[in-house]
Amino acid sequence: MAKPRDNRAWLLVLPVVALVAFSALIPVMTVVNYSVQDTFGNNQFFWNGTGWFKELLDPSTDLGGRFLDALWRTLLFSALCLLIEIPLGIAVALVLPRRGWGVAAALVVLALPLLIPWNVVGTIWQVFARRDIGLLGAAVNGLGIDFNYAQVPLHAWITVVAMDVWHWTSLVVLLCYAGLRAIPDAYYQAAKVDGAGAWAVFRAIQLPKMQRVLTIAVLLRFMDSFMIYTEPFVVTGGGPGNATTFLSIDLVKIALGQFDLGKAAAVSIVYNLIILTVCWVFFATTTRGQGEAGR
Amino acid sequence: MSGAQPRVAAPVGRKDAAPVPAVLPGTRRSARPEMLRAIGPRLLLALYIVFLLVPIYWLVNMSLKTNAEIASGMTLWPERPTLENYRRIFTDASWYSGYINSLKYVLLNTAISLLVALPAAYAFSRYRFLGDKHLFFWLLSNRMAPAAVFALPVFQLYSAVGLFDTPWAVALAHCVFNIPLAVWILEGFMSGVPREIDETAAIDGWSFPAFFVRIFLPMVAGGVGVAAFFCFMFSWVELLLARTLTTVDAKPIVATMTRTVSAAGMDWGLLAAAGVLTIIPGAIVIWFVRNHIARGFALGRV
Repeated sequence: MAKPRDNRAWLLVLPVVALVAFSALIPVMTVVNYSVQDTFGNNQFFWNGTGWFKELLDPSTDLGGRFLDALWRTLLFSALCLLIEIPLGIAVALVLPRRGWGVAAALVVLALPLLIPWNVVGTIWQVFARRDIGLLGAAVNGLGIDFNYAQVPLHAWITVVAMDVWHWTSLVVLLCYAGLRAIPDAYYQAAKVDGAGAWAVFRAIQLPKMQRVLTIAVLLRFMDSFMIYTEPFVVTGGGPGNATTFLSIDLVKIALGQFDLGKAAAVSIVYNLIILTVCWVFFATTTRGQGEAGR
Repeated sequence: MSGAQPRVAAPVGRKDAAPVPAVLPGTRRSARPEMLRAIGPRLLLALYIVFLLVPIYWLVNMSLKTNAEIASGMTLWPERPTLENYRRIFTDASWYSGYINSLKYVLLNTAISLLVALPAAYAFSRYRFLGDKHLFFWLLSNRMAPAAVFALPVFQLYSAVGLFDTPWAVALAHCVFNIPLAVWILEGFMSGVPREIDETAAIDGWSFPAFFVRIFLPMVAGGVGVAAFFCFMFSWVELLLARTLTTVDAKPIVATMTRTVSAAGMDWGLLAAAGVLTIIPGAIVIWFVRNHIARGFALGRV
């Protein structure tokens, strides 16, 4: 059934547009404005045209090289998070009980990490992975591995990725669980009649039925891991060296640390455009031919 | 209908679990040992839950120790449990006011977001209008903007309009990602309500506002609860904007933690206690929405 066309509906969305425009559009325009200017402090600005963007997109320059390095680190981080969290999330959702007293309890425990402030998540893992006072760090060192996330880049990466898996896999679990619960029992009965095994049931029934929620899960997890700032900043501060300096950490360093407004604004815009493009392409390809699907 | 789903779930906590056949006849993969079949899923779930809880336990454990005990070596539980760290937080205004400030802007943000998102979500779910799809994507695109991008301009904006260091500044800034999310969730739940209801009500002579509040809202109450939960959640966990937009009067607890602690040398016990206290509001909120939580996380779209 098609929705009726009525432009008066704009009146209903007007408050949202006004508020979001105030909180988002004005800052975005400010960023665009800075991105074409240079400053020597004292609030004096000079027109710089597309200078920052040229420098940014040229890896041989200081800014460009730095941006590219941070971009690769962020992409690698997002890829690792998705590769671990999506399969693990599906697996845990499949083994969650579907009824009984255990359901509510399991769901509450699962959702717990999602409700912890991000810097507290960082604090938890910062402490947990420390070799002197942390259970994980001490246990790994007890096994004879010299684990020290403050000095070894690989260990820092393991800590940060483990933290993200701890923090966000539950989101994937809850999404998939909701998708699984929506499958009518009749589907399973039919599969049973056909003598389908667990793998066949998964491939033919559960996975297709989860497609919609999985799209949301992948989108949310990509966006949020690509934008991650607080948690790794608390744990490693971007170190050791620049090993875990992701794009947003670098951006805050440039903007609030060095007060290089023009550079920071140019980085912001390119950064934001990358997220938008990736999400748009993913969204368009997964929902193609499904009409209203993702909406 | 119990026992009708052949092998999806580990029947944890089910008293009637026995009749489910572990291996279906004619299954290709019947070579796997039956023991593994039965225990495997439960083991995975148990391991995952332990993985989730151990870091939290460690934080609670540390919050009950004195700094001397933390520094003196590893103990799996506090040898001399003390509530001293919590006492300091509840008696020191610079600490406990942080919690009050956080709750202020979180509640404010939740109220604002819901108030404006409800009519908008209704419009998106019921009508087509000029530029609706573009508008929807533009709204969602704000959810994709890194807070780091906004930090500086938002600071300048709220300084310019005189809201800097008030709960309003943080509440409005968090609207950037909470309103789109609330619209998205509510639109999903509202689209689940058949449009015939609206039409019947109109024929029966209900005015739109009366219909919306008295009939429609109760029907999407679950969605409103879920949307409120998400607004609360994302406003509560965010740090970067909250810290950028406040200095003294409205400083949230998450910022208090990053500043005070590093200035005083590492006071691990106090830090852990403050962390534990930030987990509690979230836990309470989850408990209220536990029955809607799975559908809520799917944004009403299953």
